[in-house]
Order: sequence, then structure tokens, then C-alpha cells
Amino acid sequence: MDIHISPHDGVPIYLQIVNQVKHLVATGRLAPGEELPAIRVLAEQLVVNPNTVARAYRELEIAGVVEKRRTAGTYVSDAGSRMARRERLKIVTERIDALLVEARHLGIGTEEVIELLRERDEILQPNS
Amino acid sequence: MVAVHSEFNGNVIEVAGLTRRFGAKAALVEVRLSVPRGTVFGLVGVNGAGKTTLIKHVLGLLKAATGSVRVFGQDPAADPAGVLVRVGYLSEEPELPGWMRVGELLRYTRAFYPNWDPKFAEELRQSFTIDPTAKVKHLSKGQRARVGLVLALAHRPELLVLDEPSSGLDPIVRRDILGAIIRTIAEEGRTVLFSSHLLHEVERVADRVALIDHGRVVFSGALDNIKETHHRLTLRFPEPRPHPPALAGALTWEGHGMEWAAVCAGQLDELKNAVDACGAQVVEQRVPSLDEIFVARVGPKCSERVKE
Repeated sequence: MDIHISPHDGVPIYLQIVNQVKHLVATGRLAPGEELPAIRVLAEQLVVNPNTVARAYRELEIAGVVEKRRTAGTYVSDAGSRMARRERLKIVTERIDALLVEARHLGIGTEEVIELLRERDEILQPNS
Repeated sequence: MVAVHSEFNGNVIEVAGLTRRFGAKAALVEVRLSVPRGTVFGLVGVNGAGKTTLIKHVLGLLKAATGSVRVFGQDPAADPAGVLVRVGYLSEEPELPGWMRVGELLRYTRAFYPNWDPKFAEELRQSFTIDPTAKVKHLSKGQRARVGLVLALAHRPELLVLDEPSSGLDPIVRRDILGAIIRTIAEEGRTVLFSSHLLHEVERVADRVALIDHGRVVFSGALDNIKETHHRLTLRFPEPRPHPPALAGALTWEGHGMEWAAVCAGQLDELKNAVDACGAQVVEQRVPSLDEIFVARVGPKCSERVKE
């Protein structure tokens, strides 16, 4: 599980873990049924407090992304794939928001942005 | 997991009303501090803020003249030996006998600790690739710090105290030290107190943080809580203004003209109401890093001075 912690940007570390695990599930790099590292192992790998990892896992469990099994492991839940679409939409939505804000600052209207999107889409289509 | 046998289950460290003067200088003023069992407690503050003086009281190296210090419920100055066998300690410049060889030093130190675990000591020595036949005085600064770390950990202390352990060390040694903190805490019931001015390291490993400035505890609490009650807001005003506004909760300001950013303390909705009231709009909002909170709390541009 490839997670990077940046203590400089202010986002609480547990939230950085939560967001990155969601992202990994959304992009399929963590598959339903796959086991997450044990709390202590991830804590040592990331050099963060084990309580922080435990909190991230709790939040992910509440969100339904992972589930605890009797054998004490933490696994990506089967509901994770349904989650994944919502999560994927969220990622794209964030990018769109950033694009719209930037366009507004540059004085380019929403209609024009949509037009540009279509144009770019055509250019990026394979075999066109 | 190693069970820690102890009759004492409250706060591992309890400091109340501790005041210390060195001549005319007040090194500690009315310090109150509680370190619950099983936490990593980060002590932050600029050099000379009083962190080392406080740690010396915890270790019983200084006796509380005013106020009280309890470690495992006991006064460390009254029974230093009884407290120190349960404590692992690493200072910024560990005082190690230069003429000894590493292996000799380990055997020598072992005699002081009934709980010394020779197998664990050997494991640590190997993982840090320390040559047992090397003389201490010939070791690099980083290797000396690692030897100090082995000595602090090998008796599996209930309380690990680190005073500026990362100061002046390269990133690889610093990672070894942080790793040791994490492993210590992962063993149930163990507690870590460490001081540092490397706030990104504190932010990684600490559960609780106390900020000390001029001998006083400016704030102390769960790191999550501290982060949740501080916000960095960027405001945009309809007109350029020469000074930032008076905003309740703002600790520091930076910016100019129409855009001003503040690190604030308080509830977000109340802060936003205050922003509305002064006719500005919040254009950006995020959680500040511990570093930014620290600077806002003790930096030269504190709100008191801005208001003057």
C-alpha cells in the first residue's frame, strides 16, 4: 500500500491516510477483499503514531470502505466497489471545481469551458 | 506485546505548579503537565523556553523548589534510583565515556538495570550496524546517538524520555529515533515524552503536545484537538487596506492590499461570522500545520503586538 504522509500541508495525518486509501480503492489499486497492513506495521512504515493509523482505519470502517474480520485483520470491503464509483466521481468533481474557479478568475465563462471540454475531448479521442 | 507490570495506572507524569528560577531568570513558571499512560507526548518550544529544565525535573536531576513533580506517582528527586530504572533517557548530546568500547559500555550499563534485555540490546545494536569493538570516542555523531538509543531502550523502559533527540542529526538517524518511539508506544502501556523543535516530526508521532514559551505552558492538549481548534483563513476585502482588521480569534496576519491571511483559534462558524461582520469574504480555508500554529502562538507577530 503506497501512502505518503506530508506533515507540512496541515491536513491531519489520519485524514491523509483515509483519503489516500479511498483513492487507492477508487482506482482499483486496492481490490475488494484485499487485506490492509496491520496498524503497527503501517505505523512503523509511515513513521506515524499507531493511534493515528487506528483512527484512520476506524474512519474507513465507518465509511464502509474497509471491514474488520473475526481474524482481526482489516480488509477492503465488497461494498468498497460501490463506494469506489462515488469516490471516483468525487475526485473528478474536485478537479472540475478547481477548473471552474480558475476559469472564472481568468474571465472565461462556463459555456466556453464546456465548449473547450468537447473540443479537447475530440482531440484526445483515439482514432479520430 | 510485553506486559508492563505496574501498580500505578494514572498519569505517568504529573507536574503541578512547578516554578523554577535560575538567579533572576524564571526558567519555569507555574507549569502544569499531565502525561497519560500509553501516549507520545511532544514538548515543543524555542531553544531556552524551558523544555530541558522541565525534563530534568521529571528525571529527578533537579528537585522541585516550588510545586510538585510525580513520575509513576513518586517524587523522582526523593527516589531517583527507584524511578530511573523504569525510565529510558536520551539527551541531545549523550554523555558517553569515550575511552570505552561499545560492547564494554553495553555490559557496563546493563549492571544498572535489572530488566536489561541482552538479546534485545544485541538486536538493536545489529539493526543500527554499530561495531561493538569500536571505541565510543571514534564514533560519528549519528552512531553515538544510536548507541545512546540502545542504552535508553534495552531495559524496555515504561517511560522513554528524549530531549531534543534529533537535533543536528541526519535524516536516517532521525528516522531510527522516530521508529524507536513508534515501537515503544506500540508495546502496550509504554509512554514517551520527547522535546523537539522539529515540529513536522512532532506532528507525525505525538498524541499530545504542550507548547512552552518563556517557561510557561502556552497550550497543552491532544494534537487532534489543537488542529481542530485552529484555522488558517484567507480573507478578501472589497477595498485595499493598510492594516489587517481586528478579528476576534486571529493570532497572526500576513498579506497586503485586499487579501489578508490569518491563523486563528476558535470555532469555525464563529470565525466566519466575525469575518462577515468586517465585510470580508473567506476565499481560502485550511487546517494549519503545527509549525504554523507554533509560529502564530509564539512568533514575533502575535496579535497582541499587531493591536498595539
